[in-house]
Amino acid sequence: MQFQQWISQPWPWYISGPLIGLMVPVLLLLGNKHFGISSSLRHICAACLPAKIPFFQYNWKKEIWNLVFVTGVFLGGFIAATWLNNAQPVAINPALAKELSGYGITNYSNLTPVDIFNWANLFTIKGFIIMVMGGFMVGFGTRYAGGCTSGHAIMGLSNLQLSSLIATICFMAGGFVMANYILPFILTL
Amino acid sequence: MSSIKTSTTTEQNTDFEVRSLDTMCINDSALQHPWWYNIKYLIAGILFGILLVKAEVVSWFRIQEMFRLQSFHMYGVIGSAVMVGAISVYIIKRFKIKTIHGEAIDLTGKKFNKGQIYGGLIFGFGWALTGACPGPLFALIGNGATVVIVVLLSSIAGTWVYGLVRDKLPH
Repeated sequence: MQFQQWISQPWPWYISGPLIGLMVPVLLLLGNKHFGISSSLRHICAACLPAKIPFFQYNWKKEIWNLVFVTGVFLGGFIAATWLNNAQPVAINPALAKELSGYGITNYSNLTPVDIFNWANLFTIKGFIIMVMGGFMVGFGTRYAGGCTSGHAIMGLSNLQLSSLIATICFMAGGFVMANYILPFILTL
Repeated sequence: MSSIKTSTTTEQNTDFEVRSLDTMCINDSALQHPWWYNIKYLIAGILFGILLVKAEVVSWFRIQEMFRLQSFHMYGVIGSAVMVGAISVYIIKRFKIKTIHGEAIDLTGKKFNKGQIYGGLIFGFGWALTGACPGPLFALIGNGATVVIVVLLSSIAGTWVYGLVRDKLPH
């Protein structure tokens, strides 16, 4: 019980970061696989709705490992919520908490703010932009860039690829502009 | 005989073109494994999912802190992950370490194209809005945030539309 309580606290960056980094050699050693998540979205398209689009005409079954991997990520999220949950609110920077309370975001009981991410909010302008349009940009942007945080920022930078450095800088630049200059406006809608 | 060889080479090269733009492995395994060999990737995925949640990198709040420079946490996670990843890749290259099945490990990188700039910026916008990149989407749904299913479906739609208009975009 003591162990479970201890492990259920949020893990500090110097524990979780290196462990995430170890995913790179683990996947290489397990079967010569490059760590990356966003290609799973492409495989789902290729498997479910290829629609004669050349980009989805390939043997996705060869890449099944990637779909198995993301199924594992889903299960990992479930395991963490069920057995490794300390039920404490997310502790955030007071400056951010103050700003967010101005937009009516006061519930820190979940990793995602339930004041925004809830089913009823899907049909509001704010909720639609954040969840539906945001999700669309994640899928479109990662594929256009050829990778996401895992494929470019972690795997690509670990392999010292210039293309991944450029991609990572652009991820951060896009996020900075959105979070600081556009999102505050969206949150007031 | 020689013509057969040529056609095979061309096919592989096309494959390389398609794959080198993506996170897929460029090399194919020549080995055939029974389906349950994939369980190793399921276990790796489960560990990664737990890590994402316990490191709180799937949290919208942590992503906002990162982009507002209000916390070191995310930079610490990504920075130390890259350090460990880079050292591992160096060791694998330096000692030509093989996979557990005895295959050579291929570390051909992705080539630069303009998509990494335009796509990168678009993904950055989406990341700050949703507070999630693709990995966390799966982890968050497992974690009980059911509405994130909609975000995931949207991201699949985004990938599909990219595939549709890909030829018209600058790369």
